[in-house]
Amino acid sequence: MRLSVRRAGGLVLMVAVALATGAVVAHAQDTTRGVRLGLRYTPGTKPGVLVLPANGELGDSARAILQRDFDYGDRINVVTIDASALETPAGSSAQGQYNYPLYARLGAVAVVHPSVTASGIHIAVHDVTTQRIERVREFRLEGEALTPEWRLSLHEVADEVEFWITGERGVSATRILYENGGRIWQIDSDGANPTPLTPVSAAMSPTWHPRATHIAYAARGERDLRIMLRESGGATRVVAGSPGSQYFSPTFGPDGNTLVYARAGEDGATDLYAINPFAPGPPRKITVGRGRASNSPSFSPDGRRIAYMSDRGGTQEIYISDADGTNAEILTPFRFGDQRERSGPDWSPDGRLIAFQGKIDGRFQLFTVSPRDRSPRQHTNDGSNEDPSWAPDSRHLVFASTRTGSRQLFVLDIESGRVRQLTRSGGARLAAWSPLLRGR
Amino acid sequence: MNRTHRSVVLTALAAAAILAACRRQQEPAPVPEPAPAPVETCDQRCRDSIAAAEAATRRRADSIEAANRAAADLARRIEAAKAALTARVLFDYDQSEIRADQRAILDQKLPVLRANPGIRLLVSGHADERGSDEYNIALGQQRAAAVRRYLTDNGIDPSRIQITSYGEERPATTGTDENAYAQNRRAEFEVVAGGENITPP
Repeated sequence: MRLSVRRAGGLVLMVAVALATGAVVAHAQDTTRGVRLGLRYTPGTKPGVLVLPANGELGDSARAILQRDFDYGDRINVVTIDASALETPAGSSAQGQYNYPLYARLGAVAVVHPSVTASGIHIAVHDVTTQRIERVREFRLEGEALTPEWRLSLHEVADEVEFWITGERGVSATRILYENGGRIWQIDSDGANPTPLTPVSAAMSPTWHPRATHIAYAARGERDLRIMLRESGGATRVVAGSPGSQYFSPTFGPDGNTLVYARAGEDGATDLYAINPFAPGPPRKITVGRGRASNSPSFSPDGRRIAYMSDRGGTQEIYISDADGTNAEILTPFRFGDQRERSGPDWSPDGRLIAFQGKIDGRFQLFTVSPRDRSPRQHTNDGSNEDPSWAPDSRHLVFASTRTGSRQLFVLDIESGRVRQLTRSGGARLAAWSPLLRGR
Repeated sequence: MNRTHRSVVLTALAAAAILAACRRQQEPAPVPEPAPAPVETCDQRCRDSIAAAEAATRRRADSIEAANRAAADLARRIEAAKAALTARVLFDYDQSEIRADQRAILDQKLPVLRANPGIRLLVSGHADERGSDEYNIALGQQRAAAVRRYLTDNGIDPSRIQITSYGEERPATTGTDENAYAQNRRAEFEVVAGGENITPP
């Protein structure tokens, strides 16, 4: 098989060389952001993209990371081929020669050609159909090679290139918070660098500040759960808590100055409250649960509405209300004989969907529902699946699942249904996907 | 003169008799007798005093035994009081109402709390693992608050009952069957003050 590909490549080379002239002299223009290639991304159609080998050992690592990012983005079909088939003059770009017919035969409509440079990485993207270089840019990579900073800046490159090719920015330059062993951890979107951020403190429910400058989470003090605010540098303080009450499930509003959390008081009732964690002041009570529980809030992207779980009607359902608690309405209506527990809502960054968990046959499954048409769509079947959190692209969800045994994090593409495993050790739950970490 | 002679003879006879008597008295016993046994030397009074001493000893032993018995009984009652204080209360799934069959467990705490005004309790509410992690914090708090309300409704000062919730974080038993879940849906009781010298009710 490999031989025939090579032979085919060799034959195609003759044609390619003949056609190459126009391509290599194509003007490498760094067009303004947002201009797409000649390709149009449509849902369900994934353009084939071939990432050419890059120079040197570091080039191999960079290429592997870019390929994986494109693959995990679920908008690109990464064309793979035995590298040796591309190392011949037929496939390589050693002399600025590109074998477009070969790439086309492999199913690629675009070719990404990375080259590691002294300060970063140079990327050229070719349109295979027009046989032209469409975009080039040299990106600076931060930090020492292969450090978390370096990898994050390379993920940014992948996200930008994905935007060039598909018109949609990738979400690989993100990290995911979760709880494991009583600590809050952070892991890169591709599963690299799992790192504990907090001491062991029965921590739970981490959440990101909308600009990723801080995280908030609940952690046990001497006895009770309190809301902690941690700067990205590590400085941490208590922003809400009192003896005998449990403060948990914090979330930031999109303005970054509003933090809403649930407080289970000494009377047993759990209600939502809002504070500005950066300015002292009394908490504002949002829900009036009359002894029942309201928790797990999530803001709409415009900050005007919140979704949350409440059992005020007798069963656990998802409600939406104005951010001050008024105009509350049930989003997942109770039906007779239907005792599903619906909880853990997360409002998508584009505002179109609310993800949550609901119980079927004793196990949680993931659902999404549009606040407009309100018909839930089920996304999982296998094991118990909880705590969905949206990626910035409003297309991927990270969640905790028992499908492989212990509770681990997985990423679901709600358009294709594809699932990949993110964490692999200990247990993991209560994930929170970061905003894009550009320039960080 | 005759009278005088007679008198001398009588005197001499008498003297002889006395001498003879004295000589007889001074003679050693022909066979030494064995040392007499104490009881044989103890007269009635002696025996009475021994009996009295023995009775006193017996009374002392009896009273020590009685005291020991009382102490053991007290310790047992203290242990029972502590056990009553810390006995767990179980709940139905997703419920925080005190079950009818669990009221007796709470009722047994009441006399102990009344007899020991210095005792303060921490009530922690727990949930089984089936609900959502965050809701279970709320549910645990509801259960702890329901227990607290039951105790305060029965006259216990609210300031003596603190509550917290651990949600599903601290299961009493691992396992994924209904039996394990039932054991984990509970309120636990910890004596946080006044537990050093418990007076049993």
